[in-house]
Amino acid sequence: MSELKKVSSNPHVRSFVTTNKIMLCVIAALMPATCFGIYNFGLRALFHIIITVLSAVGSELAFDLICKKKITIGDFSAVLTGLLLALNLPVSAPLWIGAVGAAFAIVVVKMLFGGLGQNFMNPALGGRCFLLISFTSLMTNFDCDAYSGATPLAALKAGERVNVYNMVIGKTAGTIGETSMVAIVLGACFLLLLGIIDLRIPGSYIVSFVIFLCLFSRHGIDPDYIAAHLSGGGLMLGAFFMATDYVTRPITRAGQYVFGILLGIMTGIFRVFGAGAEGVSYAIIFGNLLVPLIEKITCPKPFGRGGEKR
Amino acid sequence: MAGKLTFHGGIHPYDGKDLSKDKPITDILPTGDLVYPLSQHIGAPAVPIVQKGDHVLTGQKIAEAGGFVSAPIYATVSGTVKAIEPHRVVVGDAIHSIVIENDGKYEEVDYGETKPLEAHTKEEILRKIQEAGVVGMGGAGFPTHVKLSPKEPDKIEYVIVNCAECEPYLTSDYRVMMETPERIVGGLKCSLALFDNAKGILAVEDNKPDCIAKLKELTKDEERITVKTLKTKYPQGAERQLIYAATGRAINCDMLPSDVGCIVNNVDTVSAIYGAVLENKPLMYRIVTVTGDAIADPRNFRVRIGTNYHELVEHAGGFVQEPEKIVSGGPMMGFALFDLDVPTTKTASALLCMKKDEVSAAEPSACINCGMCVEACPGRVLPARLAKMAERGDKEGFVAMNGMECCECGCCSFVCPAKRPLTQEIKSMRKMILADRRKK
Repeated sequence: MSELKKVSSNPHVRSFVTTNKIMLCVIAALMPATCFGIYNFGLRALFHIIITVLSAVGSELAFDLICKKKITIGDFSAVLTGLLLALNLPVSAPLWIGAVGAAFAIVVVKMLFGGLGQNFMNPALGGRCFLLISFTSLMTNFDCDAYSGATPLAALKAGERVNVYNMVIGKTAGTIGETSMVAIVLGACFLLLLGIIDLRIPGSYIVSFVIFLCLFSRHGIDPDYIAAHLSGGGLMLGAFFMATDYVTRPITRAGQYVFGILLGIMTGIFRVFGAGAEGVSYAIIFGNLLVPLIEKITCPKPFGRGGEKR
Repeated sequence: MAGKLTFHGGIHPYDGKDLSKDKPITDILPTGDLVYPLSQHIGAPAVPIVQKGDHVLTGQKIAEAGGFVSAPIYATVSGTVKAIEPHRVVVGDAIHSIVIENDGKYEEVDYGETKPLEAHTKEEILRKIQEAGVVGMGGAGFPTHVKLSPKEPDKIEYVIVNCAECEPYLTSDYRVMMETPERIVGGLKCSLALFDNAKGILAVEDNKPDCIAKLKELTKDEERITVKTLKTKYPQGAERQLIYAATGRAINCDMLPSDVGCIVNNVDTVSAIYGAVLENKPLMYRIVTVTGDAIADPRNFRVRIGTNYHELVEHAGGFVQEPEKIVSGGPMMGFALFDLDVPTTKTASALLCMKKDEVSAAEPSACINCGMCVEACPGRVLPARLAKMAERGDKEGFVAMNGMECCECGCCSFVCPAKRPLTQEIKSMRKMILADRRKK
């Protein structure tokens, strides 16, 4: 024992959970939706996914290299951002669009704010909204080989009846990964079981949205109508995979309920009263902006001052 | 609270107790010099009453308490006082210590006539505990007689023995419960004798069903004592969490357990109270678990205070492999050591030697705001936010966000997937703020 040992502050052990393991689990949880998207929309969907993911990872690598920062692509968060963005693209859009969106999401929304953990807006949704505003017609054209015409939500808004069964399974028009409620919820259950996400945000989001629909949609309590709204327009993908994004949701337990309820109400307003049929993406990024405020008003009471009961 | 008695938050680390839990407590006879730091407790350092060259006996007082909040120190071997000089201790500081050269004869002083508990007055019990130098042996080292002298003794409703032993790897309390449970019950009865309105609680985690059975059997005729089973979870043995689980009462950082009518003592402390009151023996021994994957033969030892850590490792068969990390205490709240050349003190519950240093192997990366630290925090604060404030040096913000409520249990650093040293940052900020407050 000639040399001195390393010392450090307590604790001297660490759990086996790491950031990149979490990211890989979320990516794995998106696989059912991804696979269904490819099955539903064909090989072109796969090309979209590959291009978008490569662009996301490439942009982060390029940014790190240009700015002489530590290479951070090993945490897999860029892969996740790329995948989420790709799942939010219509299959008929030109293949370059995902590359542009991913580059914007990574460079502008994430890296310019300091990289992983520092961005105040979900990068994938930031990228999607950027594309929606910049290339509106390309991003809202859902005609493809498999389906033609409007998305079910647009049809619903126009007063038509929709096939709820097909919507739940996912055999409808829409973006690549949003159509199948079954596939998305399957992946979400995986994350719930692992404890990577919990039901606070998705639960309060969905419940408050349903209540909003019942009160203000003028359809009353119409199960078909509600089911169509829940399975359409990326609500499930948004509620389970994007509203729960660690970086851009409140860290406080109470804040997470507030956040979920806020998203439910905003999505309801956008869908029922707004000009368009959808609103999940915008609701979530607006919600993201309110996170610091929500955290401020929901700072928990500590143990011994009322906080011990949860 | 439905189901088992527990608290919110907490973690389930690898507990490593199987390494040493079935190894009976064995005595170690030290061969080298024994070192007695004058500060082995919270409060004023003890004052030496021996000089270089003096001959001392086992059980002879060598240092007097330096005040009310202080504790005397006793020789644990017979021999000659070799020096009174600074010596490095577990936390890394060099502390004035009495060094005794062991003559190997173990000649003991006469401890005087013992008498049953009933023959003692309250004052006598307290005085014996104070005289024996008993301090909180779970780690804090708060003088026990001070703890047992609250302002209003009549308002104490629960005297709790902390038998949780929630720290991974530690089995010293477990062995004491298995081998000498009568000392724990006896020590608890000594404490209960001080408080007329108090009930005794033995709070044990449910991963020790054999202890629970033993203690229940032993206390079945004791009206004032109950055994409570707590859920196994770290930090179940943290004072605030333990009180909450056992009684449903909650205290914050500005309160003492006695504010909610509770007094908590650790297993080894209660055993020392037993020795002090019923055997007239000062605190000379403590039980130490020597364990970890780098130790050839993990063991539980009854160690004479002052024994060098090198000797503990030797008695445990030495190292199977040079350890990367050596910790005095458990892996969650123990102190990492530069080297083994430190003495066993009253508060040293374990010596943990690990082949791998998980901390230096884990490179910290960016916080992803996952909130796992928030879920795990037993203090119900926001460790990620507090650590950020600590980094920025924002003392006001830190206090406003309840940073002072942190008990430094280490759960946040443990769970952090980004491997950030959250506990460390919060801990140093707390230290700075406490130092500021003392200056004022």
